[in-house]
Amino acid sequence: MSLDKETIKHVAHLARIDLQPSELEKLSEELQKILDFIDKLSALDVDQVKPASHILPISNVLREDKPQVSLTPEMALDNAPDKKGNFFCVPKILE
Amino acid sequence: MELNQFTAHELLAKLKNKEVSAEKILLSLQERIHKTEPKVKAYARVGEVENSAANPSALSLLKGLPITIKDNICTAGLTTECCSKILRGFRPPYDATVISKLKENGATIFALKANMDEFAFGSSCENSYFGPTHNPWDLECVPGGSSGGSAAAVASDEAIWALGSDTGGSIRQPASFCGVVGLKPTYGRVSRFGLIAFASSLDQIGPITKDVQDAAILSGIICGHDPRDSTSVNQEVPDYTKSLTGDIKGLKIGIPKEYFVAGLDTEVKSIIEEAIDKLKTLGAFTDPVSLPHTEYAVPVYYIIATAEASSNLARFDGVQYGYRVASDNLIQMYKMTRAQGFGPEAKRRILLGTFALSHGYYDAYYLRALKVRTLIKQDFDKVFQDFDCIVAPTSPTPAFKIGERAQDPLKMYLSDIYTISVNLAGIPAISIPCGFTKKGLPVGLQIMAKPFNEEMLFRVAHTFEQNTDWHKIKPKL
Repeated sequence: MSLDKETIKHVAHLARIDLQPSELEKLSEELQKILDFIDKLSALDVDQVKPASHILPISNVLREDKPQVSLTPEMALDNAPDKKGNFFCVPKILE
Repeated sequence: MELNQFTAHELLAKLKNKEVSAEKILLSLQERIHKTEPKVKAYARVGEVENSAANPSALSLLKGLPITIKDNICTAGLTTECCSKILRGFRPPYDATVISKLKENGATIFALKANMDEFAFGSSCENSYFGPTHNPWDLECVPGGSSGGSAAAVASDEAIWALGSDTGGSIRQPASFCGVVGLKPTYGRVSRFGLIAFASSLDQIGPITKDVQDAAILSGIICGHDPRDSTSVNQEVPDYTKSLTGDIKGLKIGIPKEYFVAGLDTEVKSIIEEAIDKLKTLGAFTDPVSLPHTEYAVPVYYIIATAEASSNLARFDGVQYGYRVASDNLIQMYKMTRAQGFGPEAKRRILLGTFALSHGYYDAYYLRALKVRTLIKQDFDKVFQDFDCIVAPTSPTPAFKIGERAQDPLKMYLSDIYTISVNLAGIPAISIPCGFTKKGLPVGLQIMAKPFNEEMLFRVAHTFEQNTDWHKIKPKL
C-alpha cells in the first residue's frame, strides 16, 4: 500500500490536525515505512479466524438506570479554556 | 542507610514499630530529589509541593507512606497532563479508582507526578513535553518508556514505589532498563477508570517497585472489580503476599524460541540464559516452546493501538480542558489546537490510526489485525495448557543512548518486540532484575502467566529474587 501525500492530507483532515508542508513531507516518508512493515500481516491467511474484538469473555455490562451523584457543573467547567455560565464556549458555528 | 533507600514493606514495618514517621520518610525523599533530580529528571514538573495527604480515618495499611504516580493517572486537584502540551494545566476533578484505593488504604499521593512519553506513546521517555528522563545507571541512556519517570524514580530512590501503565511494555521495559520490578496485571484486573486512555483494549495500570514483595502488596491494593470500568472483571483478589513461598520446585517453565532470535543482544542473551539456569537449580523444569505468531505482534499492535488512540485522543480539542488556539472558526480551532498541542509521535500515531480505521482501509488493516490478535492469543493458550509460566527477556537490548532511536520510529517500535504480545493476549507479566551488562546496565527477566494468575508471577519472581542479589544493587548518583 502506498501512502501518498493526498491521502495523508485527507487523513489529517479527518483527525483534525493542521499539518505544515514540512511535516507532511516527513510524515509521509515515516508513515510509508511503518506501513510497509505492517504489510507483513498480509502474508497470513486469516479467512477462517475470528477477530479478537474483545480479549475477555465479557460483554454488555449493564447497571440499573438510577440517577447517581456526578460532577457539579462548576467542577466540570473548571478546566475549560473558555466558558460562560454553565456552558463551554466555542467559536461561532452558525452564520 | 537513608530512609528513601528502603523498600515499602521495610518502611511499613518501621512505621508499625514507630521507629520512623511518615513525615521523616517524606523529608528523606525530598532531600533525595533535591540532590539527584537535576541529573535524573524523573518527575514531570517541579515546584508543586502540596502532597495529597493520607486520610487519617482511612485503613492504616499504608500508614501515610508516599507513592509516586505516572502523569497519566488522574489525581484530584493535582496537575495531570500526560506530559503533553495539549493537557496543559489540567487538574482532574476526580481521582482514578487506583488513587481512591490507595487513599482508602492510607497512602500519601506524592504531589510530583512521574515523567512519561506524551500520552504513553514511546519506549524511551524522549517524547515527553517536559524533556527526557535520564537512566540512573547511565545518565546518557534512556530509562525506557513510557513509564520511564516512574522506573527511574524508584531506581534512584526518588520514590519508595510507584504506579505506571503498560499498553505494549510501558511498565516492564523501563523496569528492565532501570533494574527494578514492574508488573503488567491481567487485562481487567485493575480498574482503568481515571487512567487517561491510550489504547483501551490494552492499557493496564501496574506497580513499579524495588522488590517483588512490594509489587505483591501494591497489587493487592489496586486490583479488583470497579463498576466504573465496564472491562474490569468481577473476580476475587487473592492475598498476593501468600504467593511469596520461595518454592518453585516442579514448576514447568516454557522458553519461547521466537524470543531468542536475531536482534537479541548477545550479552542480554547470556544473562537471560544464566537466569533460566538459576530457575532450574531452584527446582523448576524448563522446555523450549513456540509462540509462532510472535513476529506479527509489533505490526498488529501498531494497527490496534494507534486505531484506539486516534479515537481516544479525539477528545483533546480545546473545548473542555487544556490548551486552545484561538480562532473564529470551530474546525480551524480544533485543527490548530491539535497541531500545536500534540508532539510529533502523537501526530504520527493519530494519523496512522485514523488511516487504519478510514473508509476503504478498515478491512485490510484494522480487521486483519484483530484476526491476527486472535492467533497470538491462541499461541499463549496452547502453551499454557502444558506450562505454568513462560520466561523470556523483557527487552532485546539494555538501555540505549538518548537520541539513538529518536529519529527512527520503526526502530523505536521494535524495542517492545518482547513485551507487546502480552498486552495483545491480555495476560499478566512481570519484569525483574536478573543481571548487568559489562557496562553496568541492568537486564530484566520477563515472566508471563495465564490470565488472572498473577500469583504464579509473584511466586517465581520472588523465588528468583530471594536467591540472587541483583535487586539490592543501587546506581551511583
